[in-house]
Amino acid sequence: MDLLVGQVFTGLSTGSILLLAALGLSLTFGQMGVINMAHGEFIMAGCYTAYVTQQLVGDAGASLLIALPVGFLVGGAMGLILEAVLIRHLYHRPLDTLLVTFGVGLVLQQVARDVFGAPAVNVTVPEALRGGVDLLGTTVPKTRLFILALAVVAVTAVTLVLRFTPAGRRIRAVVGNRDLAETAGISSRAVDAGTFFIGSGLAGVAGVALTLIGSTSPTTGQSYLVDAFLVVVAGGMGRIKGAVVAAVALGTFQAVFETYSTASLAKVGVFIVIVVFLQLRPQGLFTLRTRSLA
Amino acid sequence: MQAPVPIEPGLTARKVEHRMPQRFTFTARDLTRTFAAAAAVAALVATSACGSRAGEETAAAESCVDTSGDTIKVGALNSLSGTMAISETTVRDAIYLAVDEINAAGGVLDKKIEIVAEDGASEPTVFAEKAEKLIREDCVASVFGGWTSASRKAMLPVFEDNDSLLYYPVQYEGLEASENIFYTGATTNQQIIPALDYLAETGVKSLYLVGSDYVFPRTANAIINAYAEAHGIEILGEDYVTLGSTEFSTIVNQVKSAGADAVFNTLNGDSNVAFFREYANVGLTAEEMPVMSVSIAEEEVGGIGVENIEGQLAAWNYYQTVDSPANTTFVEAFKAEYGADRVTSDPMEAAYNSVYLWAATVEKAGSFAVADVQAAADGVSFDSPEGTVVIDGENHHVTKTARIGEIHADGLLYTVWESEGPIDPDPFLDGYDWAADLQVSN
Repeated sequence: MDLLVGQVFTGLSTGSILLLAALGLSLTFGQMGVINMAHGEFIMAGCYTAYVTQQLVGDAGASLLIALPVGFLVGGAMGLILEAVLIRHLYHRPLDTLLVTFGVGLVLQQVARDVFGAPAVNVTVPEALRGGVDLLGTTVPKTRLFILALAVVAVTAVTLVLRFTPAGRRIRAVVGNRDLAETAGISSRAVDAGTFFIGSGLAGVAGVALTLIGSTSPTTGQSYLVDAFLVVVAGGMGRIKGAVVAAVALGTFQAVFETYSTASLAKVGVFIVIVVFLQLRPQGLFTLRTRSLA
Repeated sequence: MQAPVPIEPGLTARKVEHRMPQRFTFTARDLTRTFAAAAAVAALVATSACGSRAGEETAAAESCVDTSGDTIKVGALNSLSGTMAISETTVRDAIYLAVDEINAAGGVLDKKIEIVAEDGASEPTVFAEKAEKLIREDCVASVFGGWTSASRKAMLPVFEDNDSLLYYPVQYEGLEASENIFYTGATTNQQIIPALDYLAETGVKSLYLVGSDYVFPRTANAIINAYAEAHGIEILGEDYVTLGSTEFSTIVNQVKSAGADAVFNTLNGDSNVAFFREYANVGLTAEEMPVMSVSIAEEEVGGIGVENIEGQLAAWNYYQTVDSPANTTFVEAFKAEYGADRVTSDPMEAAYNSVYLWAATVEKAGSFAVADVQAAADGVSFDSPEGTVVIDGENHHVTKTARIGEIHADGLLYTVWESEGPIDPDPFLDGYDWAADLQVSN
């Protein structure tokens, strides 16, 4: 029974981690259709932002709070540069974008290796987040509660921005129909850059938060990338709602499968579920009705 | 070596140019003609490649190692990029240190050692490719390196086919003994079995097994299961995660509710970080449920964060803190070369030993030739940082002292138990009755 309660929470928690990693991608990949293989490296950049901040600030608690916005800016700036220098020229060549961003990801990994060294570095967890909370007879690590809360905040923020701000309206307009949006006086270039900034910034935030539970090494980002793409594809392109539901569903599937088998077998189970699901519903959980012909 | 592709005499550059379609309008005849030309070229390349390969094989049998100069070339093949770079760059540092020391002392058979370095890129196929290149093109006398079992298994046929030598410095899952490989890391009876002996001695009656999903943990756990059955230890669970996985919530919950006396951890790489953080966070401690790890050394502790892993156990043959004159010299030399903040670890020490063992074998044989080295290997010894190691000519492994270490707050491991003297290598576990019908997938 304890185990079951634990697993329910684990599902939610795993889901929130997936969601945090995938949220930025659901903007850049889901909304703009850019396959950014360097997304994982933006997460990694967030991890190292947390590390550097901690080295400079010292206090683990304060540095985490500082690193979250700084991570957003670092990730966002990297995204902005990538968009302006490379992706902009490849908007109608998705395959080239995939290859180019994959290369950029490898370059970023090597840069991290040269700057910080190949071994993983340690980001100390703040005292306040160590240990667990007893919840219905099971121990829930505080770090996971923090990530869960952060995921909720991030999703709420993105939803509010998209729905209620002029910038969000412009993003939705460009996604809905690029040409029509342009005729209405919206600079789709600026919107693309802005969307990419937010999406990449969210990857940076995810990176900062993930240092609480995972490792910080040059290859950290890769371990989240595939899962992040799965969430976006299963959730349905361009729908934040889809990403949320898909992340929680995948997290729960993984947790439940894992209880009855081993973790690597559970992963296989999750893949099978996704493959079957996409056979039945190739467009994902939720679809965005757009007037674009793409 | 690439044989030049003979050019068909009639096929001049001008004609080729002429055949190139000016517009993208292929006629059926053009297509057939291009296709035929391509087929002809492919056939030519194929025949020439076959011819040259046959030629090279004879050359390889004679070995192209150049022993006439005052230097002798050896290969260092480690991953300098990719996921394994984290560990393998440290091994490479140790190899360079040993070579520098040997050169400073006069070299091998009065020749200075010259390293040809290659990057295995964490890819077994690249390892095989680069090994072939080192042997055939650089004509090295022997190669030092490799880490994962996958990389070793990929290189094994290359070294056997070319009859060359590999010195492999990492503890591994045993069940292998190639004439062309010297294994200077521990085999299972020098690491895993002593670790189990230690746990049994301290009163552990039940175990939970956690590992990455690949050959080493699977084989190690097969051995642990057989051992447990014979020694009355209960295995409460056995879990595998994909390499690099960082999601340990469920596993740690299961470990916690199973309530085993100890956990046996064969996770590799970054997964350890996530595992130990989760482990500490749900309130499991080293006193309550110690974790015995076989892949965590001094290098890894820093990345995991010592606050998450203090007091946990590890099984190796060497720690930086081993108290011996040879180790003091080794650690001092290493820190002088690479910086005071660097640490030394078991695979690094085994790699350092491997260079010295090779040099000693060559000196004993009086020759760099593979057959002479193989013949002279039995009984060659080296006073290494971990104690004296001796090559077993039968299975090409070395004798090693097993040590259980505890992780302390300074990030180093301290010996809490060690075997009575060096243990003879037994890669196929012939000396253990309970291992007689061990079924292991290879």
